[in-house]
Amino acid sequence: MQASAAGLAYRGRTASIGFAHGPFVRVDAGTSSERLAGSLVEEALALRKAIDTASGQIAELARTAGGEAAQILEFQVALLEDEDFIEAIFASIGEGDAADVAWRSALDEQIADYNSADDDYLRARSSDLADLRDRVMTILFGGEGQALRIPSGAIVCADDLPPSRFLEIDWSGGGGLALLRGSPTSHVAMLARARGIPMVVQFGTIPGAGAMALLDGEAAMLELDPGAEQVRLFEKRRDTHRKSRASARAILRRPTASWRGERIKLFINIQGVDDLEHADAQYADGIGLMRTEFLLADRSSLPDEEAQLRAYDAVLRWADRRPVTIRTFDAGGDKPVPGFTLNGEANPFLGVRGLRLCLARPEIFATQLRALARAAVRGNLKVMFPMVTSAGELEAGRKLFADVVRDLQADGIAATLPELGIMVEVPAAALAIASFKASFFSIGSNDLAQYVLACDRSNGALAHLMDPLHPAVLELIARTTEHGRRAGIGISLCGDMASDQRCLPALLSCGLRELSVNASALAQIKQAIDRLSSGGGVG
Amino acid sequence: MLDKADGQIFTGNVRLVHAVGMHARPAVKLTKLAKKFQAQISVRVAGATEWINAKSVAKIMAMRAAHGSTIEIKASGSDAESAIAALVDLIATDFPDGAS
Repeated sequence: MQASAAGLAYRGRTASIGFAHGPFVRVDAGTSSERLAGSLVEEALALRKAIDTASGQIAELARTAGGEAAQILEFQVALLEDEDFIEAIFASIGEGDAADVAWRSALDEQIADYNSADDDYLRARSSDLADLRDRVMTILFGGEGQALRIPSGAIVCADDLPPSRFLEIDWSGGGGLALLRGSPTSHVAMLARARGIPMVVQFGTIPGAGAMALLDGEAAMLELDPGAEQVRLFEKRRDTHRKSRASARAILRRPTASWRGERIKLFINIQGVDDLEHADAQYADGIGLMRTEFLLADRSSLPDEEAQLRAYDAVLRWADRRPVTIRTFDAGGDKPVPGFTLNGEANPFLGVRGLRLCLARPEIFATQLRALARAAVRGNLKVMFPMVTSAGELEAGRKLFADVVRDLQADGIAATLPELGIMVEVPAAALAIASFKASFFSIGSNDLAQYVLACDRSNGALAHLMDPLHPAVLELIARTTEHGRRAGIGISLCGDMASDQRCLPALLSCGLRELSVNASALAQIKQAIDRLSSGGGVG
Repeated sequence: MLDKADGQIFTGNVRLVHAVGMHARPAVKLTKLAKKFQAQISVRVAGATEWINAKSVAKIMAMRAAHGSTIEIKASGSDAESAIAALVDLIATDFPDGAS
């Protein structure tokens, strides 16, 4: 057991960068006890009182939180003040429903409705409604919705956490948030980023328990009951982060980064439209990677063409003339999607995922390609395929795409074939890079490293081997880049390496001149390039 | 349910320019503004059959008005005319902060 020598480490996904060292506190959803329903009048009164109490609590939260948080909570207040909506609930109490039953079913109906929406914004609102539902339920069941009792500076671990619960926690003493599920595009993640609270999501399970924890938002890592060496390394990472962060933001406003007289283009990676709200996003040279899997999450059916077009169009409009590279669905592997990915693969990372899956499900793929072809006439769009192994797959994808464009145009719908590129993440593709007739290449260093090092990147026990600076990984990056430069094909890198300043000298030495990073890392990377350019070391 | 005593109906049309359509923040602003008027105010996306109470945030959200769609507004009651003007202005100016 590794637990005795050094604490257990878990990896998730970064939602907010930052560092926290504090007591580990698990917060579990309250289990509702029994509630005895009274007469019709008593039930109506109970609900009225609960709504008023909830309204007061939320208004108080909004007042103390201010800014963005207040705007998010305003919607909940508006719903409680919506007479049409509330009257319908009282009407069902009048018909004999208990207060909690009437309330819950009305809110559940709304939540289901929002969840089934094609619009990402609407779907994101369903968590606000669930938050409101649970708050009123807690009050009805006599819980009064007291603030969670969390010690100052704690690492809070929960399955998921609604915005109002986040706001009830006193973060003034620091602390961090580790969610088993959750999403980097949730409201809570926006709030955490705005407050500089580190937050890591999608841990899956954290079977271990501990008294103390380290949460590193940058490395997306949680360490329980860390040993002295773990704490020392953690503090070193934290100090490096703090020092560079302070001076980095000013650099953003300066014109583009350059290194040895060559311009370095810095793009950002986004999960969805919400990520463009990051304050630093505007300084990017464009979108280097827009993931589209978020369109597949949390919905009962796969997104239709119009819903996808809206999402792509919103990003193109934001980018104006700047380039936007959208990656087609990268499902499978560690990203299963019900109704799309295959079940029961013995080794999903080596299974039917990425472009392989899209080619196996042409009806789903064609819908995405139609939306992309229509979006392509509206801005500077590039499209890339993930997880490509051989040139034949790229050509099969290209043919489907061309067919879709021809069909659309035949129907009089404006559409065009955008520039087509591939992710370089399968070692075979990196080694045979000259065989691909792509307009651009984007190196997906996370998967490339995982495959070439034979290390499952979600397996914390292999963290010491999972080194993106391993000479084999760098060799593949250098080869790919060399080919791109010789053939005059644009080449960028969009994996976590690009957002990691430690890797920067190696990437620039490999010949890369385009990097795509997380918006939150943009300032630091630009600053690091600046330092390297003026002969200094990193950090 | 038109006000029979003052039965004149005022109407307005306005294009929804907000980048992501009628999501939470615009919907809250719209209903807040509508509630400042006595008039009975209804809205719908152009072409829809059903009119929706402009003072109900739940119904405005459920309307799912997309970016670029045209919103029709009608109002009846003593301050109906100024209600239409104010709501058209709010939507046309893309729900500026500070307006409510």
